[in-house]
Amino acid sequence: MKLHEYQAKELLARYGVPVPEAYVASSAAEAVEAAGRLGGRVVVKAQVHAGGRGKAGGVKVASDAADAGRIAGSLIGTTLVTAQTGPQGAPVDRVLVEQTVDIERELYFSVITDGGLRRPVVIVSSAGGMEIEEVARETPERVLTEPIDPAVGLQPFQGRRLAEALELPAGAVRPFVALAEACYKAYMETDASMIEINPLVLTKDGRLLALDAKLSLDDDALFRHADALALRDTGQEDALEVEASEANIAYVKLDGNVGCMVNGAGLAMATMDIVKSAGAEPANFLDVGGGANEEKISTAILLMLSDPSVERVLVNIFGGILRCDIAARGIVDAYGKADRQPALVVRMLGTNADEGKQVLADSGLAIELVDTLREAAEAIAR
Amino acid sequence: MSILVDGNTRLLIQGITGREGSFHAERCAAYGTNVVAGVTPGKGGELFGGTVPVFNSVRAAVGETGANVALIFVPPPFAADAIMESADAGVPLVVCITEGVPVRDSTFVMRYLEGKGTRLIGPNCPGLISPGSKAKIGIMPGDIHTPGKVGVVSRSGTLTYEAVDQLTKAGIGQSTCVGIGGDPVSGTTFVDVLELFNDDPGTEAIVLIGEIGGTKEQQAAAYIKEHVRKPVASLIVGQTAPPGRRMGHAGAVITGEAALASAKVAALQDAGCHIIPTPADIGSTVAAMVG
Repeated sequence: MKLHEYQAKELLARYGVPVPEAYVASSAAEAVEAAGRLGGRVVVKAQVHAGGRGKAGGVKVASDAADAGRIAGSLIGTTLVTAQTGPQGAPVDRVLVEQTVDIERELYFSVITDGGLRRPVVIVSSAGGMEIEEVARETPERVLTEPIDPAVGLQPFQGRRLAEALELPAGAVRPFVALAEACYKAYMETDASMIEINPLVLTKDGRLLALDAKLSLDDDALFRHADALALRDTGQEDALEVEASEANIAYVKLDGNVGCMVNGAGLAMATMDIVKSAGAEPANFLDVGGGANEEKISTAILLMLSDPSVERVLVNIFGGILRCDIAARGIVDAYGKADRQPALVVRMLGTNADEGKQVLADSGLAIELVDTLREAAEAIAR
Repeated sequence: MSILVDGNTRLLIQGITGREGSFHAERCAAYGTNVVAGVTPGKGGELFGGTVPVFNSVRAAVGETGANVALIFVPPPFAADAIMESADAGVPLVVCITEGVPVRDSTFVMRYLEGKGTRLIGPNCPGLISPGSKAKIGIMPGDIHTPGKVGVVSRSGTLTYEAVDQLTKAGIGQSTCVGIGGDPVSGTTFVDVLELFNDDPGTEAIVLIGEIGGTKEQQAAAYIKEHVRKPVASLIVGQTAPPGRRMGHAGAVITGEAALASAKVAALQDAGCHIIPTPADIGSTVAAMVG
């Protein structure tokens, strides 16, 4: 689950991470008031769940409070398209009005979990304000990764090592170590999957400040963070994906026109690749899960069909825990309820596949039944 | 021949009295696995299915029955505890089926396992099966498998069944099929399983099925290039996945160039693997490779 910049900064500030003074505004009038409190000259930043805001015109400097109001008014209520949002963009419901900062240096700081090392790592770079992957590719010597032993947490010597790599002035070393410890603590306590401060700035007067912040929480740990659910902004997510997540269905909207419904994430990705190999494009990723029942299958199909770009449907079920006859009944139920019946190719295998095919044959629906992935590809290609 | 599990496997099931645990305990036993014990705290003294003793703790179960493999079906909030309990009791192989274990928990579990003689497979995996010795430790449909000499290792569940089905229909049997799971932090890796297959006289060829996200496939490729003397066929799924989006599995997110399917395919190709062009070509590619 992604947080907005202002939410991430509020959370990090509670752990002691220094952030610029800033106020959230959801109207031009609120932005004027906020800028007034900050002395007039401010930065106005659109709050969306995506990077690349600056280049997309979502971050602007206001010369005075009235200007801040004008900028906020031009952003709030619009849709911001950045390199990371996709062509549909993300709605701007509020802006962050922030004090301007005199920057001496821009640095990079993040905490993530390294699956290969199986532990959290702190990553820093002296090349702040750039995509870290680009830095790692172009100038790998400017990126330092420090693995943290989860049994004892981040130690001060590790913080000093990172500060040295960043060539921080002597007076900024202790504050940096404290910031690293605070971020690591926040990362572990909130079950974060990523904390990224880019840039972390050293100001002209020698202070460290988190000028931007991204924070994502581990979806699988939300059960023990009831308070975090209030931070979710479903307006930043695709409406169908929100509906799917509430039905416990893994669904990701894509750009093609072949709707895919599959049990299992790996097989769902394989099915999308099959569609592509047949010269078509998948309209979605959809994993209905292992223990689905008839109702959940039906819900999944209806959800997929509510995407108007779906013109054909490929169902691929490998029955295991999920019996094919149950899946077939769910498909028939959904096609009976749906207001349109796009051409349907069904591939069923495994537990009760023959019974499932019989249910589909008896339904009177025009369904093309295939046995193998190759036949599925051929049917989609036609 | 096989790796990790065989006719000597004595299986303990944690969460045996739950819905999933009881269903799969019966399926494992029906396939021929020697299910010797169950553990559900508070239900010690019961008999599961009229024959399998249930214990309050893993330590008690191991002491009474000599269980040497644990299969875990407990819900996500309690999975880490279950894994560590089995490791504490000295169980050498622990297989965690549970999906949705928080990454932080898995991180602590892996730290706890350091220096202990316990291998973890999973979490969020289908388990493993050695068809030749009728040992099924997991949730896969047993009847699609057939004994043979091809080892299968995969991050996926149903896609592994797809691969096995294509192999069986092409007349190619399996030594052992291992699902290492789809989580970003997990126990046994591709490299671990490749090493075991490479040393197993009963395995003559290997099928590796990977997906987008992380760099586990690149690590596998480096190991194959350096050490593996047996032919390897590999398939990477997720060619059509968009960046930054979680494709069901918590670990299946394209977070950079190395996480792309194309980067993984290139690494495996460079390591001399036979690349399976599409998911429909698993059986035919392996048949040509071992033919």
